[in-house]
Amino acid sequence: MAENELPLLVAENLGKNYGRLAACRNISFTLYPGEVLAIVGESGSGKSTLLQMLSAQLAPTSGRVSYRMRDGVMRDLANLGEAERRFLFRTDWGYVHQDPAQGLRMAVSAGANVGERLMAVGWNHYGAIRNAASSWLERVEIDTSRIDDAPRTYSGGMRQRLQIARNLVTEPRLVFMDEPTGGLDVSVQARLLDLMRNLVSELDLAAIVVTHDLAVARLLSHRVMVMKGGQVIETGLTDQVLDDPHEPYTQLLVSSILPP
Amino acid sequence: MPAMIEITDAAKTFTMHLQGSVRLNVVRGVNFVVNASECVVLSGPSGAGKSSILKMIFGNYRCDGGRIAIRHQGNVIDLASAEPRDVLSVRRETIGYVSQFLRAVPRVPTLDVVAEPLVARGTPREKARAQAGKLLRRLNIPERLWALPPSTFSGGEQQRVNIARGFVSDHPILLLDEPTASLDAANGEVVVRLIEEKKLGGVAMVAIVHDDEIRGRIADRVVDVTSFAAAA
Repeated sequence: MAENELPLLVAENLGKNYGRLAACRNISFTLYPGEVLAIVGESGSGKSTLLQMLSAQLAPTSGRVSYRMRDGVMRDLANLGEAERRFLFRTDWGYVHQDPAQGLRMAVSAGANVGERLMAVGWNHYGAIRNAASSWLERVEIDTSRIDDAPRTYSGGMRQRLQIARNLVTEPRLVFMDEPTGGLDVSVQARLLDLMRNLVSELDLAAIVVTHDLAVARLLSHRVMVMKGGQVIETGLTDQVLDDPHEPYTQLLVSSILPP
Repeated sequence: MPAMIEITDAAKTFTMHLQGSVRLNVVRGVNFVVNASECVVLSGPSGAGKSSILKMIFGNYRCDGGRIAIRHQGNVIDLASAEPRDVLSVRRETIGYVSQFLRAVPRVPTLDVVAEPLVARGTPREKARAQAGKLLRRLNIPERLWALPPSTFSGGEQQRVNIARGFVSDHPILLLDEPTASLDAANGEVVVRLIEEKKLGGVAMVAIVHDDEIRGRIADRVVDVTSFAAAA
């Protein structure tokens, strides 16, 4: 079997309770290499809780998440050793926060923000790190003359692009994104989406994108899961779910979009 | 000649939950076969379900029942029950679709919109762009427009971009939803010739065409969709 025929991440019957409240219930899916999955739903639907469990930041109450490590072995995230967890967070995974200030160090230079991830995986040649940082700034359309400026001097859209560069510099296989275009102007959103779409396909990245914006799901994702009340109520190819929604709630979401 | 598409007893219903759960039975008992090197034209009045059938063959609408067997890379795959990633593989390698309206990504230049299906199948970008340019030129889209995103183009120009995108790769199956609807006679003629070339290349096509003259020239067979009308 070809490598991309094997799943990269498998969620089985995932659930999370907060006291008596079930934030997520019975969530199962399989993600393959290079596949982009969008998780859509309104605030409180459980999509952020799910993302945190999938990215090993929150322990599930029930069920499990397995991930195929680079040696090809499927591992339960709950049973990883500290070194393996660190490898995932620093190298094999990216995590793009809605607020770039959470994913960047705002007071150090853009070059250092990108270079830091490389140093964490053992790069120690200053010139090589700076070259890699500079080439990544170019890829995310940031003028390289700004490499020594701190991201607090950047606009919102630039900060988000820098956060993406910082995440992708270690060539991760999976990127988690939490409302990556939230809080940006629409023109800035379009540019960011276009950039992300190209990077995802050029690098053959798998991604799990949480968004409440169906346009983001349509542009970026192959598959979509619709969440409501902590459960997945509908799932399928993105264009199937958006063009032929079956569930009442999905129909409501789709019909609530204003045509441009 | 092997059947490229074989549809057996396919049905499609919409349940409109926001409108008092009204059920719209669009089509049922859809049965027909499309072979390589032939163009089947779907006929029937507006609202009979022609576009819905094309969308079912493309895997865009989910069938409620029946089977949509597609010959894909030497195997037969049933799109009515296929996994999402298999549907994507069928679209990348086997089925091209010229929709009624172009849905392009903002900011992407026309040349890349057209080249994309080739790039997705692994053609180097420059070679894909060259092929895209050739087709755009045949469809009379002036070169000065190629670097612009098509969203600002006229309806007829957008449709020609959409046609170029559908015809650029050598998918063995091509679905055409009113490809000549807003074209002038000269451009309609180009499309007829492109369809003839595809037939010679062994491509199986399903088309919706309202223009009687064009239908007569491209259709090898006509399938009357009203026979699939679902009794409410």
